[in-house]
Amino acid sequence: MSRVSTTSSQTVDVRSLLENKRSKKLKMRKLENIIPYLLLLSALVSILTTAGILFTLLRETFGFFSEVSFVEFYTGTNWSPWSGEFGVLPLIGGTLLITVIATLVAVPLGLMSAIFLSEYASERVRKVIKPILEILAGIPTVVYGYFALTFITPILQAIIPGLSIFNALSGGIVVGVMIVPMVASLSEDAMNAVPNSLREGAYALGATRLEVAMKVVVPAALSGIIAAIVLAISRAIGETMIVTIAAGATPNLTMNPAESVQTMTAFIVQAATGDTTYGSIIYYSLYAVGITLFVFTMLMNLLSQYISRKFREEY
Amino acid sequence: MIEMQNKAQTPKNQSTEKKTEKVPNIYEVDDLNLWYGNDQALYEINMDIPQYQVTAIIGPSGCGKSTFLKTLNRMVEMVPIVKTTGAIRYGDQNIYEDKYRVEDLRTKVGMVFQKPNPFPKSVYDNVAYGPRIHGIKDKKTLDQIVEKSLKGAAIWDELKDRLDENAFGLSGGQQQRVCIARALAVEPDVILMDEPTSALDPISTAKVEELIQELKKDYSIVIVTHNMQQAARISDRTAFFLNGELVEYQETDQLFQNPEDKRTEDYITGRFG
Repeated sequence: MSRVSTTSSQTVDVRSLLENKRSKKLKMRKLENIIPYLLLLSALVSILTTAGILFTLLRETFGFFSEVSFVEFYTGTNWSPWSGEFGVLPLIGGTLLITVIATLVAVPLGLMSAIFLSEYASERVRKVIKPILEILAGIPTVVYGYFALTFITPILQAIIPGLSIFNALSGGIVVGVMIVPMVASLSEDAMNAVPNSLREGAYALGATRLEVAMKVVVPAALSGIIAAIVLAISRAIGETMIVTIAAGATPNLTMNPAESVQTMTAFIVQAATGDTTYGSIIYYSLYAVGITLFVFTMLMNLLSQYISRKFREEY
Repeated sequence: MIEMQNKAQTPKNQSTEKKTEKVPNIYEVDDLNLWYGNDQALYEINMDIPQYQVTAIIGPSGCGKSTFLKTLNRMVEMVPIVKTTGAIRYGDQNIYEDKYRVEDLRTKVGMVFQKPNPFPKSVYDNVAYGPRIHGIKDKKTLDQIVEKSLKGAAIWDELKDRLDENAFGLSGGQQQRVCIARALAVEPDVILMDEPTSALDPISTAKVEELIQELKKDYSIVIVTHNMQQAARISDRTAFFLNGELVEYQETDQLFQNPEDKRTEDYITGRFG
């Protein structure tokens, strides 16, 4: 057995050094024992918060359903809480309409950006573009909202005559733009994780760049890509400020993107910022809508987890 | 000085060889130089590669043998900072001409890599990948191609009932032969192999070596190998690379039994590398 010796004339006696350190380490061991509990505590904070939110939501929701029937709430097509009509479908419809438009914008743009960044861009270009794309994710959504209202809407009005100033289309497009970085960045991560040997295998068969991207890289990264899309959609469902500002406040059961709609989140803003009195039925309705929204986004997140497990192509 | 002499000798040997055996060349490499950025990796390579033979390339790690192999299908350009000078004639065209479509070249020149790299798809889809990207969609035709290619790679009997299985679930040796089948599926003229058995166990290695002997009836094979015994066993001609230079290029028997260059002798007798 050979001992490692230093190149200098003095040799380091590692064994006695370690022996010295060991006595210090023994003191550390007590702390070492406490650390798992400290870490658990921090994890518990977020779990308890979630439980607390869920508890509040449920308690107030029960209060609501003691005055308005469950069936009326989920099947009614008229939402005018100030005159006692509590059919939530127009709000759900508004939310879905915005989400569909946003998805139609975000998926193609996001995927194409991801393919460009991962398969076409040189290392230098990617290092510049990806952070810029991610900056988009850091813009406050209020800014997006006014961007939609004062920039996108006038353009749309020039194209579609008679388009009202508040409309689902403008809000949906801008929500879509807002989630593009999320789709692009997460999909690009998934595509980047595809080993280069697979690309080489395809190039060596005479595949073009596009064929390598579409027939090898995207299928291999599919689970990550779908998870990215679903997560982004879930973000779009929960988006508040853009739709509050740009899509209006007209509960409207329609699939016409040119009309003004109100989403679940926009109603919550409207009711929460108005002079709603504590304990009134409108106050309670906030929670009923809130829990509906919560169920929607939770389902999307579960779906995303399920998909990324189910479609994992192992490589 | 010795180097200069050898460089002058090598082409002469080749030309006499050509006349005596009358083997047509599939590749003619002329004065090939290659740089990764500012580091030169290949120096003035001149080498003719004969058709329907196995040409082995040996040399210590970092001698440029894999780099040279990848110049033959221009896969070396996957590294963006690569620059080359000189010419490689495939058929009668210089593949480094601007107008030469690299996809066409790679359709005719298949490649098998050091580590088996099947796609994370079924065995069938792996083999059918090449024909599909070149536009073959008919299921019956594809079935035939898949069967023929897997038979050609001597793995049909093992896998004919497992065509729908993910190729990732196969053993390393099976994966490598599926990769060979994938290369055969587009019926190339040449198969380049970059240390194809270095990640395989001895039994799988023996199977792949046996397969190479079969394949040379229909394909010209260029194989890079770390293993001198392997080169001696399976190749017709052997090239010895050292520090980016082609030191010696001979009939395999002659190179191993009676090397002309001192450095070749030192390497094959195990004095370095």
